[in-house]
Amino acid sequence: MSSNNKSNSQNEKVLLKGNEAFAEAAIRGGLRFYFGYPITPQSEIPEFMSRELPKRGGVFLQAESELGAINMAYGAGAAGGAVFISSSSPGIALMQEGMSFLCSAEVPLVALNVSRGGPGIGGIQPGQADYFQTTRGGGNGDYKIPVFAPASIQEAIDLIYEAAELADKWRNPIMIFADGIMGQMMEPVSLPEQRPFIEAGDIRKAKPWAATGYGEDASKRSIVKSLRMQPDELEAHVEKLFEKYARAEKELVRVETRDLDDADIVLVAFGTVARIAREAIDILAERGIKAGLIRPISLWPFPYATFDEIGARTKAVISAELSMGQMLEDVKIGVGKRLPVRLIHRTGGMIPTSLELADSAEKIYIESGGTGFNNILINNTGLQPGRRSGDKEVL
Amino acid sequence: MKPVFTYTKGMVRTDTSYCPGCTHGIAHRLITETLDEMGLLGDAVGVAPIGCAVQAHKFMNLDMCESAHGRAPAVASGIRRVHPDKVVFTYQGDGDLASIGTAEIVHAAARGEKFTTFFINNCIYGMTGGQMAPTTLLGQRSTTSQDGRKKEQAGSPIRVSELLSALDGAVYIERVSLASPAHIRNAKKAVRRAFEIQRQGLGFTFVEFLSTCPTNWGLAPPDAMKWLIDNMIPYYPLGVYREPQAVEKEAAV
Repeated sequence: MSSNNKSNSQNEKVLLKGNEAFAEAAIRGGLRFYFGYPITPQSEIPEFMSRELPKRGGVFLQAESELGAINMAYGAGAAGGAVFISSSSPGIALMQEGMSFLCSAEVPLVALNVSRGGPGIGGIQPGQADYFQTTRGGGNGDYKIPVFAPASIQEAIDLIYEAAELADKWRNPIMIFADGIMGQMMEPVSLPEQRPFIEAGDIRKAKPWAATGYGEDASKRSIVKSLRMQPDELEAHVEKLFEKYARAEKELVRVETRDLDDADIVLVAFGTVARIAREAIDILAERGIKAGLIRPISLWPFPYATFDEIGARTKAVISAELSMGQMLEDVKIGVGKRLPVRLIHRTGGMIPTSLELADSAEKIYIESGGTGFNNILINNTGLQPGRRSGDKEVL
Repeated sequence: MKPVFTYTKGMVRTDTSYCPGCTHGIAHRLITETLDEMGLLGDAVGVAPIGCAVQAHKFMNLDMCESAHGRAPAVASGIRRVHPDKVVFTYQGDGDLASIGTAEIVHAAARGEKFTTFFINNCIYGMTGGQMAPTTLLGQRSTTSQDGRKKEQAGSPIRVSELLSALDGAVYIERVSLASPAHIRNAKKAVRRAFEIQRQGLGFTFVEFLSTCPTNWGLAPPDAMKWLIDNMIPYYPLGVYREPQAVEKEAAV
């Protein structure tokens, strides 16, 4: 995680809307080039960039489509530029063609998904149903993209700022997965200092692989490519990429945990749902149920090993998500056969309240053999039965 | 003794992957030779397409970047933003540019992107094996128009130079041919003019090369040249469609 010493010296807090904070963090991270296309709920980002980047020495370009945007990003990245792009779920889907090329050609990029409900055009309310698209590739071929899911605007700022360095270090796109709530809400944040933009003339030295024009020595020319017609050559290239991904699996795992050693149940949630889960954990505590939390910050690489820290007291592990259960599969891999794994979810832009989440978690706890001593509380909440998330559990 | 043929600095000393009689090699040479003459080889970044020229970087001795099908103009737009002082070009065939990449080429031209696109129009998909392209002539046979292209079914071939000429951002558009030595000499002048105008930063520049595909046309190379002259030039007239002087006049009106 980015440390606080990267924040400005006064450490003063400013109140920023998520989307504007993401854009500001990208600029301050040194990401000089932005290519965007309007889509709800992230259109404030291209708007902000169009206003701010040119006056700070950066470049904003509105693309003709998300296909255009990702390929502009590929071109600018291949030429050694530090690039940021953003979109939302259906737009990110269109960008997958380019993501596959970027990964194969090892072109750095920081990409942000302010995700919404799907499938299809879906809706414009928050969702996490892009989990598979984001963590399982999404485009063609064998490749991986490190994905970080912030749960606060400050964390998003820190992750975007750090991602600018990680993208260059790993020569790979880095994805930030924030849902629509994160984009639209406001929080007080402190901003990191401005990293200098790399000048065009310095790129060749910093990134000798970039296509910049070879200058004086044609023997040092750069080719940025993904085509390998010989199968043995392509296999060797993909294996080389996967050696890199194996290192990333060791070095890029990020996770927040709470009370895993003596929890009655463990909730697993990322992004906005993790915030709701923290509140649900407090409600459950009042009912005498101790709930632990695993909050994956890196969705790929997923913190599988963290599940080994779950203690003997735990009856069940619950994946709580804004999808029909996508992270659930990773949670099952992490838990193995040790414990039952259950799902609490809403989808389509619906968001559970902390009380709904607590109720559903308690029900699962009792079904798993736990002793719920305070069920009266549920009946005293005044909640109408029917559309509660607890009714929609899936094994 | 004066040599009649030498390698040029801009071409890698290797055999190309192109079929005998294909004009890609000529187009490659014209582009790289012109860059060399202008002293720009080391300042150039080229973007290769999907299609037969996907490996153009193996033959053109320049910094280059591959691109996804049709996306070369978007890729070049990105490169140009990072390196406003370099010379940037895309090299694209007719399936790539006139079919899957229509959005990218139209918007790059509309924005007046300061790079050059070299468009190889040979009326067919080459690399995938001779399917109908947007530029395939009416009545022309291909593997997906086996009785000849029919207007009722596939529409009429797209005249890309004329289409892009409707856009203010395109300041130089010329269609040339590679079917004879005289045509090739003229084509080289167009390449030079395009690069010069790009260097002046006036806007988008575009050269369409009428080209041959003897293999997929099923013709011997000399017959392919003749077919181009007899069939393509009447439908795709050679000439300058946009040039900066005319553009300036237009702006003044």
